[in-house]
Amino acid sequence: MNYFLTEEQEMIKELAARIADEKIAPVALEYDHEGKFPHDIMQYLAQSDLCGVYIEEKYGGLGGGVFEMALVVEELSRACGGIALAFAGTGLGAFPIILFGSEDQKQKYLPDIASGKKLAAFGLTEADAGSDAAGIRTTAVLDGDSYVLNGTKQWITNGGEADIYTVVACTNRSKGARGFSAFIVEKGTPGFSFGKKEDKMGIRASCTRELIFEDCRIPKENLLAREGMGFIVAMKTLDRTRPGVAAQALGIATGAFNAALKYSRERVQFGQTISSFQAVQHMLADMAIQIEASRCLVYQTCRHVDSGAKDISKESAMAKVMASDTAMKVTVDAVQIMGGYGYMREYPVEKMMRDAKITQIYEGTNQIQRNVIALELIKQASKV
Amino acid sequence: MNVIVCVKQVPGTNEVKMNKETNTIIRESAEAIINPFDEYAIEEGVRIKENTDGSVTVLSMGIPQVADLLRETIAVGVDNAVLLSDKAFAGADSLATAYALSMGVKKIGKYDLIICGKQATDGDTAQVGPSLAEKLGIPHTTYVRKIEQITENYIRCQRMTEDGYEVIEMPLPAVITVVKEINEPRLPSIKGKLKAKKTEVMVYNADDIGADKNLCGLKGSPTQVVKTFVPEHEISGEIIEGTSREQAQKLVQKLMSMQFMTCK
Ligand SMILES: Cc1cc2nc3c(=O)[nH]c(=O)nc-3n(C[C@H](O)[C@H](O)[C@H](O)COP(=O)(O)OP(=O)(O)OC[C@H]3O[C@@H](n4cnc5c(N)ncnc54)[C@H](O)[C@@H]3O)c2cc1C
Repeated sequence: MNYFLTEEQEMIKELAARIADEKIAPVALEYDHEGKFPHDIMQYLAQSDLCGVYIEEKYGGLGGGVFEMALVVEELSRACGGIALAFAGTGLGAFPIILFGSEDQKQKYLPDIASGKKLAAFGLTEADAGSDAAGIRTTAVLDGDSYVLNGTKQWITNGGEADIYTVVACTNRSKGARGFSAFIVEKGTPGFSFGKKEDKMGIRASCTRELIFEDCRIPKENLLAREGMGFIVAMKTLDRTRPGVAAQALGIATGAFNAALKYSRERVQFGQTISSFQAVQHMLADMAIQIEASRCLVYQTCRHVDSGAKDISKESAMAKVMASDTAMKVTVDAVQIMGGYGYMREYPVEKMMRDAKITQIYEGTNQIQRNVIALELIKQASKV
Repeated sequence: MNVIVCVKQVPGTNEVKMNKETNTIIRESAEAIINPFDEYAIEEGVRIKENTDGSVTVLSMGIPQVADLLRETIAVGVDNAVLLSDKAFAGADSLATAYALSMGVKKIGKYDLIICGKQATDGDTAQVGPSLAEKLGIPHTTYVRKIEQITENYIRCQRMTEDGYEVIEMPLPAVITVVKEINEPRLPSIKGKLKAKKTEVMVYNADDIGADKNLCGLKGSPTQVVKTFVPEHEISGEIIEGTSREQAQKLVQKLMSMQFMTCK
């Protein structure tokens, strides 16, 4: 299907696809089995200018937006959803600065992210605050020219590997979510350390760690926006990065579908290729329908977000739910089509099925996304 | 340091179509790519430029469409692209090609080093690099796997041999041909691709470079290809069955009966 991408978007997609096929696909299984972080792959992205596709040109980027970011994530995820997350997780850490950073903050942090010199991460979740992000307990107390942070963030993508962290903490507990503030914390700041690397079901090339703050003192200038804006910073960021998770899901689904289609034309049983069985054909057709429908929604949502539209929460949630549910279903079916071979670790679809699951969980579970969508629908209906 | 990299367009697939009359490759039909060995030459040229300041110019002799391939090299760091294109160049063998390229090099003017791939994947002769050096009257080294040092006056490089390597030092300007062990060619960058789109490839004909047409193309080619054919391989295999022990026994018997092995 022709999605009428601009010439530059085509270039971005092609180059990301080349990196996926030439550099990621050959090592994806190894990185997954060994839980190896893809710094080397990030170097290829950096050399190709892809690290900064969503960053303004004056900070060294290519001046694109969420769509360009999603195109890269989708292509990389076709080969490995875990490796793609080093890039996507950096986007999640960078968007608070892109959206709410002061000129000084942008000049200080964005060029290194755009050039690929530094990775970023985003820390909101805590042990007792997942879906209910308003339950975070990490505190930031103003003391002279600095804020002092205390608390622990849990399951932070790129934790330990990134240099730049955007973190949400309470500056005024009595105000609840209105008392949250967002900060930029640099790796190496005294009092800032990392917990152990989590042992995960999938996206094993991605690194997930705790961020531990013990009397961690950061300069006052590292406050993003104003005190009390932290929850808004987080929500507006996630509205823009959820299409990225959707793109990750879309890439994983596409990778699994391609593998299953290829296999079905090679595997012979009962004297014929299994692609000649209608039961298999219909599965392939359904997989393709769901993938294409997801791609339509994801791409159009990206365009909607990049147009500067104000109401984007519902759309971005829809894209994320649709693409991630599709990825889960398609990867399970890909394993089914490949039978016992699909279940073996030597073949990529086993990994893709494990990788797909996370897209239904993080950046807001699909249940929470449906809550968001429904509340918005009801709100809109009540206005009429 | 100014580097010229000579590149050739070759068919991207293995299905090479031949012109039965001239016995040369029909280049218009197949999907065209840059000779893979030349990619290493380009990368090495760009690295030298980055370390020493200067420029890299790619030079090719070929049909007008080659301009598009040359333009793509801008995306990996090349500065200028020059294409020699003229009906008079058609049907050139390696000598006539080297002659045309040498005239192109003279037209470009200032250069310190010329880099070529070790050979082209279509013709596989590996002759153009050395012939070009002869035409220009400068030294050359083939099969370079590493440049140890390069200064304004000389280059010291490792030349790959069958059982190791030799270290060769030559005065500049000189020609080297490179093997794939020399580097890992970089991927293009988006900014490079955008720049490539705007870059104009200089196209010269035989007159522009002052070439003697009698030395160009089919006319200037002493090589006359009488016949080309795809050799037929008759490989018949035999699979030895049984347990590993049985297989080994049968294999030894076979090798002895064929007198590849004797038993003492
Ligand atoms: C690999 C990985 C990487 C991550 N990376 C990051 C990161 O970089 N930064 C970051 O801040 N966080 C990160 N997270 C955290 C992630 O966003 C949370 O896991 C997610 O938001 C869900 O929170 P939870 O795991 O605590 O689940 P819970 O909130 O405990 O949910 C458990 C179940 O209850 C359901 N549920 C909860 N509340 C409701 C409700 N109101 N209505 C209906 N159902 C409900 C959920 O849908 C879910 O099925 C990461 C998590 C993982 C696993």
